[in-house]
Amino acid sequence: MQQLIRADIDALVAGIADGTRLAIPANYAGVAMAATAALIRRGVRDLHLVCLPTSGLQADMLIGAGAVASVESSAVTLDEFGTGPRFVEAVRRGSIRLLDATCPAIHAALQAAQKGLPFMPLRGIVGSDLLKHRSDWKVIDNPFAAGEPIVLLPAIAPDVALFHAPLADREGNVWIGRRRELITMAQASARTLVSVERIQEESLLDDERWAAGTLPALYVEGIAEVRKGAWPVGLWDSYGPDGRTLAAYVRAARSDEGFAAFMADFLESGAPAEAAE
Amino acid sequence: MTPCNERELLIAVIAGLLDGCRHVAVGASSPVPGSAALLARRRTHGGMRVSILRSLRNNFFTNGGVELFDCAAQGRIDAFFLSGGQIDGAGNINLVGTGGYPRSEVRWSGSFGSAYLYFLVPRVILFREEHTRRVLVDRVDFISAPGTSPPNVPRRGGPHALVTNLALFDFDRARGRFALRSIHPGHGIEEVLDNTGFAFDRPEQVPSTPVPDEATLALLRGPIREEIAETYPEFAASAFAA
Repeated sequence: MQQLIRADIDALVAGIADGTRLAIPANYAGVAMAATAALIRRGVRDLHLVCLPTSGLQADMLIGAGAVASVESSAVTLDEFGTGPRFVEAVRRGSIRLLDATCPAIHAALQAAQKGLPFMPLRGIVGSDLLKHRSDWKVIDNPFAAGEPIVLLPAIAPDVALFHAPLADREGNVWIGRRRELITMAQASARTLVSVERIQEESLLDDERWAAGTLPALYVEGIAEVRKGAWPVGLWDSYGPDGRTLAAYVRAARSDEGFAAFMADFLESGAPAEAAE
Repeated sequence: MTPCNERELLIAVIAGLLDGCRHVAVGASSPVPGSAALLARRRTHGGMRVSILRSLRNNFFTNGGVELFDCAAQGRIDAFFLSGGQIDGAGNINLVGTGGYPRSEVRWSGSFGSAYLYFLVPRVILFREEHTRRVLVDRVDFISAPGTSPPNVPRRGGPHALVTNLALFDFDRARGRFALRSIHPGHGIEEVLDNTGFAFDRPEQVPSTPVPDEATLALLRGPIREEIAETYPEFAASAFAA
């Protein structure tokens, strides 16, 4: 078995091949930005992003870098900084395949995979134009209430789940706190890679208070320690988003040239100035 | 006391639509609805729960991102807020874009949870500050979530009201149409008609939206400003009059 704790972030993302179906969390849930920078530096291609249930800077940078073949998401948003500019441009050019969804549908489709089920039913959606463009979503008659339509969503089983969390231990257990969609994401995916702020010696499972919010090592293939690994996105109550950098990104990424210039800096520095403390 | 500004008026209008709610949830990028929910909660003296996405202090969910949707499905959320790049006269909302799909000329972020929550939350309040024909259209280019559904579709939720910088509309679900309830001070019916791209019902004499009283303004400029600052610091710094 390969060493669970990887030497660095490049070693962590070495396991994400071109063409991977990659599950990533929303801006508020623990976004592995240092890992994303490493992927872009390596020149990864043809990723199929599954955003649980939305994404922001992470998807936008990967799209801008030409690393993405398709995006399944309920939104690509940098919150108060607006829609991802590279996403908008890729839509205009038709250079990515879109699988527009609605938040609970992506949660439900991953829950189906988590339970080993072929599909999951979900309320709502009927009458939305989302359905017209999702030939993989079916509407059936509720077998328990004739004449009542209900949507079925095929299970989503990603190849790799990738996220960032505050804490892990030497055994590979990862503390996810109350971000329990990360457990769904990990269990639905064939493999899970996690960057963390810190790796501690004591097992998270030795203390019930930590254990309740822990993703067990059973589901984790690799961990790498990286400080400020979500920057410039925030990490729960550990640190907030870096508004100045996000605003600069959104301004720059409106053009191809601006994006290229921003990324050259970003990939070189890879971390905020204050992370070097 | 400094007179009420436009944002304070909108917050008070929305708070007035939340009477009787036990649990109000506020989604992404919603500082005005968030402030309104906090104001409504304060008026109930703790009788209302408020969940604000991305807040730590006003978010009691422990089951991850899915809990908001499960909570709505269980009937435990009474009110929620949606907006739209386009909103049409039938209450359909478009959060995806205009000018074709998938290669949209104008592309917005995406549908978020709208295609689900619009069906399940009894009182969905549509809020959009920009009241123009660009936003309020006869027919949306893309239906992220439909305003109404045929009777065989299980649905307890849907549009309850539409609040803009000009006016307040109620939504009549049986008729699938908006009805103008009041126009905000400083604006008139001609301005509303000129800037609305859909047909709507209206009384012969359209009342003026009541302005918040001094006690409400004091709450907004004091405790509510402080509470919303946790999630929306820039909004809190600029939205309220001194």
